Amino acid sequence: MKTLIGYSKQVGYSIILLFAVIVLNFLLIQAAPGDAVTAMIGDMGGASPEMIAELKSSYGLDQSVFIQLVRYVGKMVQGDLGMSYTYNLPVLDLILDHLPATILLVVSALLMALIFGTLLGIMAAQKPNSLLNHIVTVFSLSGLASPVFWTGIILLLLFSYFIPIFPSYGMKTIGFQGGLLESWVNILHHLVLPAVTLASVYIAVYSRIARASMLDVLGADYIRTARSKGLTERVVVYKHALKNAMLPVVTMAGLQFGQMVAGAVVVETVFSWPGIGQLALKAILRRDYPLLLGILFFSVLVVVICNLLTDLSYRFLDPRIK
Amino acid sequence: MLHHVYKNTKRTMTEYLASEEIVVPTPRILEIWRMFKANKAALLGLILWLLIIFFAFFGPSIYPSDPFEMVGAPLLPPSGEFLFGTDYLGRDILAGILHGASVTLIFGFSATLCSVLIGLTVGVMAGYYGGWVENILMRVTEFFQVLPGLLLAMVLVTMFSPKMIIVVFAIGIVSWAPLARLTRAEFLKIKEREYVMAQRAMGATNRRIMWKVILPNALPPLIVATILGVAGAILFEAALSFLGLSDPNTFSWGYMIGASLEYIWDSWWAVVFPGLAIFLTVLGISLIGDGLNDALNPKLRKL
Repeated sequence: MKTLIGYSKQVGYSIILLFAVIVLNFLLIQAAPGDAVTAMIGDMGGASPEMIAELKSSYGLDQSVFIQLVRYVGKMVQGDLGMSYTYNLPVLDLILDHLPATILLVVSALLMALIFGTLLGIMAAQKPNSLLNHIVTVFSLSGLASPVFWTGIILLLLFSYFIPIFPSYGMKTIGFQGGLLESWVNILHHLVLPAVTLASVYIAVYSRIARASMLDVLGADYIRTARSKGLTERVVVYKHALKNAMLPVVTMAGLQFGQMVAGAVVVETVFSWPGIGQLALKAILRRDYPLLLGILFFSVLVVVICNLLTDLSYRFLDPRIK
Repeated sequence: MLHHVYKNTKRTMTEYLASEEIVVPTPRILEIWRMFKANKAALLGLILWLLIIFFAFFGPSIYPSDPFEMVGAPLLPPSGEFLFGTDYLGRDILAGILHGASVTLIFGFSATLCSVLIGLTVGVMAGYYGGWVENILMRVTEFFQVLPGLLLAMVLVTMFSPKMIIVVFAIGIVSWAPLARLTRAEFLKIKEREYVMAQRAMGATNRRIMWKVILPNALPPLIVATILGVAGAILFEAALSFLGLSDPNTFSWGYMIGASLEYIWDSWWAVVFPGLAIFLTVLGISLIGDGLNDALNPKLRKL
């Protein structure tokens, strides 16, 4: 029963968080100079005062702020994120169109970072003071210090210009004809550089955490027991220590997911990857507020859901949390 | 550690003890400096930063050149005349890098100041008062931590014009959350210590205890977090100006990279060198922060 209360509390907090974002969106729209009607009039090239009044009332902009807020929240809850100025399409449709590309990028980067970061960290922890350890330290420091877009540019120059192995932009070669399998191979070929770029920062972070966590775990009593039982080092490490050492890494990954989504925006710009990042950039250039805010809300939604799932699974796995 | 101020003269112990050459404990700051110095990586970071500050202040005087001006043919590779080449508009890359140093420093420090002001206040209030105040403040902190920072900053800058003060505020507003968390955690630890209770028994006001008693003792990890926060602010500003979202009157390194991205195939020097500058700056400050962390907490030495 206590855990059920715990679960519902967490879900409740997440819902409140989402409402807070919706209200924030609304406040931003109100606070920004000009409103939807002004932007439209700008496009049309001017209008008479009667037309302005009519437009305003048709968009409900002449009613009190509170009523507008309620209507805004109502629309959001129903999934209506507004209409984009530039594309003249519903924001939600635009986002859903561009979403798969970004998801592909983020998920592959996350998997890469988790796998390689943890492996590097574990290997470095097993041999302190070795060359590998120093390499991991240097690598993790550089990965953290380098701006994501610069890493992307360096990789782009190295592996697409000086040594042309990988394509430099887009998700698919233009004018590509081929079966399903070849299409997928083509996409993967384009995916490598952007995914590695996005993963690089997080490999650096996770390897550091994994190494520290592994060193902690290796000193624990149950590891000593396993060793004294005569088990090989490999079994000790991979079967017993790994799971416990990975916990802080996974925690960190969950916390930093929002940052990863933001990082994807930058990486998509460098590699012209057709995802939400590109959409956001266009929205910025055209001052397309509904689209921009819709993207903001959507990304917060995704992050909140991921955090919620992580938190709920912790409560499930660890009976100590109430 | 005791610092012997003892000259090598032949005397008896009594004479020495009676003399004016007293044995003094090393001031804490010297001890921290000693441990910091021993860390080669931290020293490297400090040297890097001294170089950057030097170039930020004196660069334009040594190498007078307006980064906005077109001084040569476009897309010139690095040569004797233009050490780092020119970009697609014929602007001198070296001038841009020297100019960008001061821009980076200004943005980095002011944005961090903004986030420290917000984060410290929130953390102090939450840590000291506890109860529902803490609860609400921590929920707000969580809100700002969950938000994808770059996106919110992009939205703010787009909606409110890309002037410098907006950019600084936007960076500050998305980065204060971790500092608030840390401050609150430190406060929770220190709140129950004897000297705090003694102050309270003596009738000190809440404000005095918060700011004059607890906070000074909570400072070491906060200082390290602030220094690392400058690194984050620099990276953040670089990302924003890379996307074209910073003040167009400032010539920052990120802007240089973003502007020349289209011409990367014809002028790799226009993007590589500014990026290298950012990299070295952030690396330097991370090394300083880590070194300081180790010097302040030798027991918690990270590997």
